[in-house]
Amino acid sequence: MEAVSTPTLTSVVLFIPLVSMFIILLFREDTQSEYIRWGALIGSLLTFAASILLWLSYDPAQPGLQMAQRSTWITLSATDATYNISYYVGVDGLSLLLVILTTFIMPLAILSSFRSHVLVERGREKLYYAFMLLLEWAMIGVFVAQDLFLFYIFWEVTLIPMYFLIGIWGAEERIYAAVKFFLYTMAGSILMLLAILFVGTQAQSFALPDIIAKVQANPDMFPFSGLFSTQSFLFLGFLIAFAIKVPVWPLHSWLPDAHVQAPTAGSVILAGVLLKMGTYGIVRFCLPLFPQASIEWAPIISVLAIIGIIYGAWVSYAQTDVKKLVAYSSVSHLGFVVLGIFALNSQGIQGGILQMVNHGISTGGLFLLVGMLYERRHTKAMSAYGGIWKVMPVFGGLSLVIALSSMGLPGLNGFVGEFTILLGTFGSPYLGFFFALFATLGVILAAVYILYMFQKVFMGEVDKEENKNLPPLHWQELAVLIPIVIVIFWIGLQPGTFFGSMDASVNQLVTQVTSAASSVVLR
Amino acid sequence: MLFEVPSLESLNLGAALPAVSLTFGVCVLLLVDLLLVPKDRKEITAWLAVAGVVVSFVVNLFTFNTHTEAFLGMFVADSFTGFMNIIILLTAFLGILLSKDYLKRAGIERGEYYTLMLMSAAGMMFMASANDLVVVFIALELLSIPLYILAAFRVPDVKSEESGMKYFILGAFSSAFFVYGAALVYGAAGTTSLPGIFGAVGTIVQTGGSAAFLLLAGAGLILVGLGFKVAVVPFHMWTPDVYEGAPTPVTAFMSVGAKAGGFAALLRIMAISLPAFTLADGQPYAAWQQTFWIIAALTLILGNLVAIAQSNIKRMLAYSSIAHAGYILMAVAAAGTTGLTNDATRAALIYLLAYMFTNLGAFGVALAVERDDGSGTNLEDFVGLAKNRPGLALMMAIFMLSLTGIPLTGGFIGKWFVFKATLDAGLVALAIIGVLTSVVSAFYYVRVIVNMYLRDGEAETPGESRMVNWAVYVAGAGTLIMGIFPFLVTGLSDLVTVAASVVR
Repeated sequence: MEAVSTPTLTSVVLFIPLVSMFIILLFREDTQSEYIRWGALIGSLLTFAASILLWLSYDPAQPGLQMAQRSTWITLSATDATYNISYYVGVDGLSLLLVILTTFIMPLAILSSFRSHVLVERGREKLYYAFMLLLEWAMIGVFVAQDLFLFYIFWEVTLIPMYFLIGIWGAEERIYAAVKFFLYTMAGSILMLLAILFVGTQAQSFALPDIIAKVQANPDMFPFSGLFSTQSFLFLGFLIAFAIKVPVWPLHSWLPDAHVQAPTAGSVILAGVLLKMGTYGIVRFCLPLFPQASIEWAPIISVLAIIGIIYGAWVSYAQTDVKKLVAYSSVSHLGFVVLGIFALNSQGIQGGILQMVNHGISTGGLFLLVGMLYERRHTKAMSAYGGIWKVMPVFGGLSLVIALSSMGLPGLNGFVGEFTILLGTFGSPYLGFFFALFATLGVILAAVYILYMFQKVFMGEVDKEENKNLPPLHWQELAVLIPIVIVIFWIGLQPGTFFGSMDASVNQLVTQVTSAASSVVLR
Repeated sequence: MLFEVPSLESLNLGAALPAVSLTFGVCVLLLVDLLLVPKDRKEITAWLAVAGVVVSFVVNLFTFNTHTEAFLGMFVADSFTGFMNIIILLTAFLGILLSKDYLKRAGIERGEYYTLMLMSAAGMMFMASANDLVVVFIALELLSIPLYILAAFRVPDVKSEESGMKYFILGAFSSAFFVYGAALVYGAAGTTSLPGIFGAVGTIVQTGGSAAFLLLAGAGLILVGLGFKVAVVPFHMWTPDVYEGAPTPVTAFMSVGAKAGGFAALLRIMAISLPAFTLADGQPYAAWQQTFWIIAALTLILGNLVAIAQSNIKRMLAYSSIAHAGYILMAVAAAGTTGLTNDATRAALIYLLAYMFTNLGAFGVALAVERDDGSGTNLEDFVGLAKNRPGLALMMAIFMLSLTGIPLTGGFIGKWFVFKATLDAGLVALAIIGVLTSVVSAFYYVRVIVNMYLRDGEAETPGESRMVNWAVYVAGAGTLIMGIFPFLVTGLSDLVTVAASVVR
């Protein structure tokens, strides 16, 4: 479908959060805090509704961009022609589900903050919800932007609200964690800026679909001659930025700090959406722009991904802090996603994208559970709990579903994603049996640390006096958890709905990568 | 004939009107302030100075996109001049707004202050339009001498005196370097006119020999002289002390204005008259590019690394301004590649404009936090600012993010074009140094945000000044507008074509 210059549904979804942010900024903090809270929630729910409309009007048979809008922003002069930086947004099978994941997670994160004690303690509620909506705007922007300049802007803007969310409303070590988060991400993204500039100048365009078309027509545009050549350096420029965000081992050290120090909603968004920006970026930019380099580097990165899978699971098991355990499990889960992507076949990438959604939902859910426990007991140490299921039966039941989903139990969402990824890895001409074998080890380890955590917190006798009278779930907390559990079952039992919407786009991507790579004789 | 009285037509005053009108305004202001303005009503002088700036700004709009020469070819009015004039006049305007209440608080309210500031601004404007090495030198002196006095304006404060003295001695040295360099260039090219030098370079390159060495040495010495003005490593030593000691509005003014003037002259001399000066015929880059590259890299590394260790906001901003000179120098170095002169010059101009808004704003906030006796300039004094003065803290956060180069601010747009020019010129290593040092810079800029927003405490700020608030908000609006609507600025800078203007 052709891009138009009039606003499309994509732009509507993108800008509802920003408009809502400006609206809640108009309210007075001291007397109208109710309006601020509910305004933020309604804004994010409207965004969700609009994104559902987006899904309904999306035609899954079309591989290309849909509901795209393109308007010139800056005109750049070059020696022989001029080219544009444009406001260019649209969705396709690669980004649609992630947009919906974002709009799904945000209302839950906002609703879960209503009862948060840090907001009462530290105040500045208006700023908090404004940052949440700003963050939603930027995250949706990352997923819909089709212009490299625009993408970079959204990518960097996500940094600011998250930095403040961790830094103002975080736990004791919040300043250290916030600054570390900022510097790590910035270090990666600024190298990407150079790569973007180079790609844009070389291709005389910053619009991604145009550049991909040029790469297809002329696979030698970014010269490739092995692991260390122009194309590989550009590939790495993008990849390092994304790998820090994912995070791929050994670039993960900011993550435990940020996750543990962030307020509950912050962790939920961080795990639920922000980390996916990295894996999405790999699929969206690294693969189609640098096909030969992607193939050449695939085994190396997959090894790092597998190290991450095993290392993350191992370290999770060693934690005594329940939030840290969940944080490290992210490293492990996202290793699967990266592995699936670098299988470079349709199954691997589809599994990867679905697993991004799955991880967002189940790990987001786990952080919400930890947050609810923390609100009641003000500690994150696993040893302080035990027998919670007896005290809070509904909570225990819901927790079990979410934990099992994170573990990858068949019938729930996590299994579908991991299974497809392993299938893709096994069938990939670049990876193969041993990669799949070691990754499977990660599935087993996941069962170990999740069950260990579940047993320590929920099972056994209520031996601590403080745990005997924990209040049951508030209706707002139920309203947060139930949608998550529904989606967990939905993806687990009906994965076809989700695979169907990305099938065409992923197949097109795989063809692009393999055809561009095979048309160049490796030197 | 040895001496000829030029006719009024051949002077073509109209082309030089923005700078001439400001100079004229300064002379009138000097008399009016002395004779008519009563001693206790010096704010009248401030308003008159603003009026002078506004008149010059309006005149500049009319002459913006012309290309004519004035004063028998010693002065050129083109879009480069017009763009620089916008930067310089905005600097002067914001500088006056920042000064008015500060002078009263510090007890140094004297009318000459505004006269000196505008005189220096006129010098910068002449610098931007100089078409002859002699004019560059005169403009350099006109720019510098008022600044020496302004730096020491807070007498009998020892720090301020030291600041003025240091600036004067080093400035005098640098002027000497510049004159010596100009003399050598004259020796090689046989003319001091910039287009004339451009025309002579071709022959010098082809014949080679001593003339080429003279030209090289001359260009080097000119770089030393102007390098002091714009504060690039290794000619930066004076900067932190002078910036710290000078009254804060003066620091704000000179951190932007003197740099703008210096870079205008550097671009005029290097990118406009010496771009074709290569050591071997047919080389695709100018002979001076290598040197600029190295100096830019050193400036970036040293400025950003030393800034981390600072605990005083004025010293930190001083080192940060050294670092930013490095980014602009990246663009100047890129201008040395054949065919890129226009693009790189535009990048430098865009960067300067963004830097102007951002840096003036940052100094404005620093000045609002500073106490009457000149204390309160430590980074610790920003703790809790977000609670006491939320508006100012928000602006400061925007300025810090802009200096770091985060999108949606002017600083990002500036960096984007500078890095683009550097990559286009093939200076990949320099571009990588540029981005890596940006990460380092994030460390100390973010610390200010940490202090304002993340740490608990109460900030003690002196009474609010409406003028300062206005200046800060104008600077903040400029920073954001540049970041969100960059096409406004790129549209303006696309009119700037320096390379073609001299080729004839």
